[in-house]
Amino acid sequence: MKVIARRPESLTEAKFHYCPGCTHGIIHRLIGECLDELNLRENAIGICPVGCAVLAYEYFNCDMLEAAHGRAPAIATAIKRLQPNNTVFTYQGDGDLASIGMGEIVHASLRGEKITVVFVNNAIYGMTGGQMAPTTLLGQVTTTSPYGRNKDFEGYPAKMAELLSQNEGSAYICRTAVNNPANVIKTKKAIKKALQIQQQGLGFTMVEILSTCPTNWGLSPLDALDWVEEKMIPYYPLGEFKVKED
Amino acid sequence: MAKGRVRFFTDRCKACELCVKFCPKGILGLDEEIINTLGYHPVNILHPEDCNGCGICALMCPDMIIEVERE
Repeated sequence: MKVIARRPESLTEAKFHYCPGCTHGIIHRLIGECLDELNLRENAIGICPVGCAVLAYEYFNCDMLEAAHGRAPAIATAIKRLQPNNTVFTYQGDGDLASIGMGEIVHASLRGEKITVVFVNNAIYGMTGGQMAPTTLLGQVTTTSPYGRNKDFEGYPAKMAELLSQNEGSAYICRTAVNNPANVIKTKKAIKKALQIQQQGLGFTMVEILSTCPTNWGLSPLDALDWVEEKMIPYYPLGEFKVKED
Repeated sequence: MAKGRVRFFTDRCKACELCVKFCPKGILGLDEEIINTLGYHPVNILHPEDCNGCGICALMCPDMIIEVERE
């Protein structure tokens, strides 16, 4: 018998604290599998965000550090510049990266820092109880936009992959989703490619992953996957936005 | 004879049913007779003889409770 699927070595045995059906767990596993396959477990340094994934340092079996809210790219910059032979990745949510951390992420990208950012976009603040995030869709009901997000009052959702792909320092910018098996496989390929481009030293790499938040969206885990397909993907198109060759 | 074999760590299952939805053979389901330590009815395989070991259940499981082996 050949083993097809098993817990990757780059993850610890700890139980995830995430809600039922939350796709953070899938993304953790994909990163763990990529670190295993590229033989980076001893070499990688991860930076955790503030948000639902704040305890990710309990789950990854590599060196991990906790950053202040939104400051993961700044810490990653310092680590990568001091330890250029290590592979550095950050794991950030949309409230962390696109709201309070907007300055850090844009300037890390402009400087072409050789780090990999895994950006989990679930269009809402999960940990704090479902407030409106910069990535909340127009018309989406949250606890701070009870009548739905209105473009005249709250403005438009932030398309981070498109924004960062404009910067010269970005080497690889991609958006994927984890709402079905085909997209999960594509997400894994994208994370692996981003880590490889970081190793080649071409510049800043980011993978934006459309994720679900069944609890705060008020949907069942299965309905949340359909919601990603029907509502999120039309506004946040999937694909590679920038690939720097050579 | 089944081509694949799945093993569940049921104490970690949160009954989100992502594996149940995406199993191409439709042979997974929640075991209503058991309540695990987290308070959910964990997933179980209803027809182990039909499993072909594709691994899609494990691919979609957010809590990594599934191990899959194939001939």
